[in-house]
Amino acid sequence: MSVQRNDWSLQRKGQIDQDRHKERVRDAIKKNLGSIVSNESIILSDGKRVVKVPIRSLDEYKFRFDYRKKKHVGTGDGDSKVGDVIGHEGLPGQGPGAGQGAGDQPGQEYYEAEVDIDEIAKLIFEDLHLPYLEEKAKQAVPSKTTKFTEIRRAGILSNLDKRRSLIENIKRQARETGNAHIGPFKREDLRYKSWEEQVTYESNAVVIAMMDVSGSMGEFKKYIARSFYFWMVRFLKTKYDNVKIVFISHHTEAKEVNEGQFFTQGESGGTVVSSAYRLALDVIGERFPAHDWNIYPFHFSDGDNYYSDNDEAVKLADELIATCNLFGYGEIGEEGASSYRRSSGALLSIFKDRLKSQDRFVGVRIDDKEEVYPALKEFFGKRGETA
Amino acid sequence: MVDREVQELEQAVEQIWEIATTRFGLDPFPVRFEIVPASVMYEVGSYALPGRYSHWTFGKAYHRMKMMYDFGLSKIYEVVINSNPSYAFLLETNSPTQNKLVIAHVLGHIDFFKNNVYFSKTNRRMIDEAALHARRMSEYEFKYGRKVVEEFLDAVLSIEEHVDPNFFIRKPHENPDKEEDKKPRRREGRYDDLLSKEERDEQNEGTDDQAGKQRRRAGLPEKDLVYFLMKNSPSLEPWQRDIMAMLHEEMEYFIPQLQTKIMNEGWASIWHSRIMREMDLPTNEHLEFAELHAGVVSPHKGQLNPYYLGYKIFEDIEKRWDKPTDEEREKFGRRGGEGREKMFEVRELDNDISFLRNYLTEELCEELDLFVYQLVDEEDWTVTEKKWERVRDQLVANMTNFGFPYIEVVDGDYDGNRELYLMHRYEGVELDMKYARRTLEHLYKLWGREVHLETQVDEGALVMHYDGREHDED
Repeated sequence: MSVQRNDWSLQRKGQIDQDRHKERVRDAIKKNLGSIVSNESIILSDGKRVVKVPIRSLDEYKFRFDYRKKKHVGTGDGDSKVGDVIGHEGLPGQGPGAGQGAGDQPGQEYYEAEVDIDEIAKLIFEDLHLPYLEEKAKQAVPSKTTKFTEIRRAGILSNLDKRRSLIENIKRQARETGNAHIGPFKREDLRYKSWEEQVTYESNAVVIAMMDVSGSMGEFKKYIARSFYFWMVRFLKTKYDNVKIVFISHHTEAKEVNEGQFFTQGESGGTVVSSAYRLALDVIGERFPAHDWNIYPFHFSDGDNYYSDNDEAVKLADELIATCNLFGYGEIGEEGASSYRRSSGALLSIFKDRLKSQDRFVGVRIDDKEEVYPALKEFFGKRGETA
Repeated sequence: MVDREVQELEQAVEQIWEIATTRFGLDPFPVRFEIVPASVMYEVGSYALPGRYSHWTFGKAYHRMKMMYDFGLSKIYEVVINSNPSYAFLLETNSPTQNKLVIAHVLGHIDFFKNNVYFSKTNRRMIDEAALHARRMSEYEFKYGRKVVEEFLDAVLSIEEHVDPNFFIRKPHENPDKEEDKKPRRREGRYDDLLSKEERDEQNEGTDDQAGKQRRRAGLPEKDLVYFLMKNSPSLEPWQRDIMAMLHEEMEYFIPQLQTKIMNEGWASIWHSRIMREMDLPTNEHLEFAELHAGVVSPHKGQLNPYYLGYKIFEDIEKRWDKPTDEEREKFGRRGGEGREKMFEVRELDNDISFLRNYLTEELCEELDLFVYQLVDEEDWTVTEKKWERVRDQLVANMTNFGFPYIEVVDGDYDGNRELYLMHRYEGVELDMKYARRTLEHLYKLWGREVHLETQVDEGALVMHYDGREHDED
């Protein structure tokens, strides 16, 4: 019989396996980016840094009973009788909890992983960039990055390059003893990584985010546009130090709004797309001359334009394309509508048929939440490596 | 914790041991108590054994438990390991009263480990064994890659509970390897491929195919999936079979704990409460103890608290054998005053299933207000049964096979193609189909050929197939 108190401060096993689990979560997130990008808890996170998203692949699969089809045994207050309802299905926190014995847990459909939005952002933005970026005359934006580029014989210990130091050690042993092996280290074996600050100059860029807020933009459509712009704004702010963003919302009339209004505005009225394009052209003319700025107008709408406005819209879109680096148009369909809807008013097909310069136009159709991520890649993917 | 408190704890251990063994007749293994910080406590709790092999599922459990603790949602006061000598871990933030209660509770558990017959075959040096496993596992990780080993462990862990609880009474003839050695087999010739299929079959007749089939069918059906796959899978490397053997051994060690959860907790709770009452605690400590004890053995509404259920049944046994009714005196010849003796007999001979079946009475069912509930109209969890026999039988049914579906290998050479055919012994509850499909994928990784599972859905037979690429059901 004894009572012991030992020093456990070096015990890290749980911690290490927790990291393994985290690694799995990260892998799963990578595989599920499509659904995570448009996950409500992120888009509606309101500045929270950590959010919970459901991830499928982290369940531990076993043969088990269907919890909902099973009879369970419980204890009551002392006066339970047949017919008493003790919980409701589907309401979190209300259903009966764990029963007795292993494998009797309620069927939790998903594993909820906590993820850091910044971490997801890093994954999403990995391959994104502003296409057709050109060097413009004025206001080049400096952006600074630190890179380990060199190996030196002196340095601080935290920058020790273990691999190279090992190789140097083996080389020296080979020279001295004729036998290549790892021996005692000497100061001369050690190699350190050293860094350089690289300053690159990026050209000025302005993104004009236009969104249809007409009456036909229902809950789902607005959500899609919102999640796209959520990531776009984030992406621009992370990757480019000084990109300007102009927000324009429109129904029959267009208005320049601030970021907060842009994301929270309610919808009403009809749709006159040309109004937004005209305002965009005005903004460009007044504040962002094309010889100084890279210009990227994006527009999200359900394509239900006022019929007689289509000619005007095409004309102005052509004008926009002529002054801009890339014009992106996203058309949002009804939720779950998988087939291509070709109603007469659908703007995307009109643009595709009638725009003069198609190579600086990117049109994308989104019918499903999972298509937001592909749309981001479509707009900001690898193309136009001209700059 | 300062040294003075450690000393006080040592004195408490002495005193509690004295009360438990001399006054109450408990017979535990010697114990070593370790005072640990929360991080270590939750580590031992999530791995169930200290020093066990690494896997992300333990990390996941650890993370969850640690979070619950950090947020003050739940707390583990102790973890006790079934070994000789036993190890018990105490949380360094426990109050002195909490520690005393925990020590008394732990002695109850260890007495149970030592004396309950279902534990008689457990390896009492399992900590050493688990550490050896961990080392071998990490050697495999080094040799074959961490991801490769992890993926394989994922597959084995998906069926880890499907072992035979009575594995230790396996008969030698059930081991197919032995027979294989005895029978001479026709060696494959170099030019066999020149013979037609019929000619080959003729030459092989009575040796390879037939005998092979018989040999592979010997001992079937087999309930121990882990063992069967380890022995017979056509595709596993030696290191993979070794991992399966290790996991099998660890599961054998845990099985008695799965089989006796209610009894074990009930037994420990009975003794912690009696020992604490003998301790002559100062008033404030006594109040704290009463509060703690009430928390441990309280009913959880809508659920079943094993501590509470086990505690109540053991108390009831003592009462009924101490003061039997006239009917019991006459019918069963109970003399009375045998309560303590009977409790010790039960703790030695029963497991949860027999415990409930033999000692859960109508009066207790009523007192505990037990009921059966199920989902009605896909919507409401509703009480559907109050008749005590039905409640008892449902409880027992839910505990059968530790609450897992009973699945057997019925053919390891299905379709003459060494495909694996499993049978779910359906007893009225359907499988979770999504989980079953994913588990079949894991089984395919272990078997290397097509796998089939026969079960029932909507009162009709259903066979699920997985061939490595897609699922099919008919």
